[in-house]
Amino acid sequence: MSDDEEIILADLPDDELVLQMMDDLYDGLKEEIEESVQILLSRGWTPYDILTKALVAGMTIVGHDFRDGILFVPEVLLAANAMKGGMFILKPLLIETGAPRMGKMVIGTVKGDIHDIGKNLVGMMMEGAGFEVLDLGINNSVEKYLAALESEKPDILGMSALLTTTMPYMKVVIDTMIANGIRDDYIVLVGGAPLNEEFGKAIGADAYCRDAAVAVETAKSFVARKHNQMAANG
Amino acid sequence: MSTLPSDSTLTDTGLAASGQGRILLIACGALAREILTVKQANGWDHMDLTCLPAILHNHPEKITDAVRATVAKHRAGYATIFVVYGDCGTGGQLQSACDEMGVEMMPGPHCYAFFEGTAGFIDRAETEFSAFYLTDFLVRQFDAFVWRPLGLDRHPDLRDMYFAHYTKLVYQAQTDDPALTDLAKTCAQRLGLAFERRFTGYGDLGTTLEKVAKA
Repeated sequence: MSDDEEIILADLPDDELVLQMMDDLYDGLKEEIEESVQILLSRGWTPYDILTKALVAGMTIVGHDFRDGILFVPEVLLAANAMKGGMFILKPLLIETGAPRMGKMVIGTVKGDIHDIGKNLVGMMMEGAGFEVLDLGINNSVEKYLAALESEKPDILGMSALLTTTMPYMKVVIDTMIANGIRDDYIVLVGGAPLNEEFGKAIGADAYCRDAAVAVETAKSFVARKHNQMAANG
Repeated sequence: MSTLPSDSTLTDTGLAASGQGRILLIACGALAREILTVKQANGWDHMDLTCLPAILHNHPEKITDAVRATVAKHRAGYATIFVVYGDCGTGGQLQSACDEMGVEMMPGPHCYAFFEGTAGFIDRAETEFSAFYLTDFLVRQFDAFVWRPLGLDRHPDLRDMYFAHYTKLVYQAQTDDPALTDLAKTCAQRLGLAFERRFTGYGDLGTTLEKVAKA
């Protein structure tokens, strides 16, 4: 906010508070986001509405401005950190209130790669969109991915890599899934700075997602398609 | 003979070709000093150099198009063009573009690999993937390439979000320069990482340029 006048969040009506939250998210103001989440909860908002109408909506703007070169990585990280503050309050409440679930995702950075900023953003946005996310962290071997698929039975496997040298490992994972006869049981989404659509196709992924917002939209559309197929086959 | 501009010019602008010689090297500005040193030491006057802005290192999605445009611009003026870039985060797109244009490029993922020797670097990557690498140029330009673009000048608290999984900073020294080594140590301290200095010299860069010069 460029206004010099201090804004009392609790004095704002709901619609203005939600807009203010989008501004605060954009500016990476974690404490303000936490305060606003508490205010909306005290006004009887459901955790799901706060999440989708304020946090996810605000983070989507951040994502678009990042894509368009208006915001850069540090600002996105600050925004993500602010959203994380809000999510921390909302997450247990979402579970309690039985918010809608879109599906389940196992996500992790591939073997030999320690970069997780993009992956963390995807995980957070997926949670925001109503997916249950199991984050395997960094440096994941094919065995670790397969074990998680076996135990978690997710709809989606997400793999991330930042390095040209590590991105081919995604193919190792997908090839092993094919060899084990489980490839078609999962939607496989891949992402990371050096990847592109051609690479995603070449390794046999279902889709390459260039950023967190695209990952969410892609995941939603694939899950919907999967459910439709199951309904048609059932 | 091309003269070496300042590091900040190499970062933001690059280096124009002199227009002399039958071989043109199209390189990243971060390699200008090293290439000119090797070229001068060997008397390769038939080799010209142009550099793209080194800061493209932070925007790999722009490298392929920039190299394409530079090849197109100079194609008629030289018998041979050689691209002194590794893959540099282009995800294979630079190699595809070079294949398509009929020009050769450095093998390997990036300059960290070819300074150390690409084969050895890739072998070591299995166990050294938590290292953050800096070359002579990147030590000198640490603020322009690392500190400011990551917003650490404005938000030092973000440091651990970027670097928590890194364990050490490896300074790949192309030259023996105690002052530069001290500067590299400071970079490691600023990032909260252990420090290791590894003298590489010019590695595969020198041997590859020799092949290009003699072809």
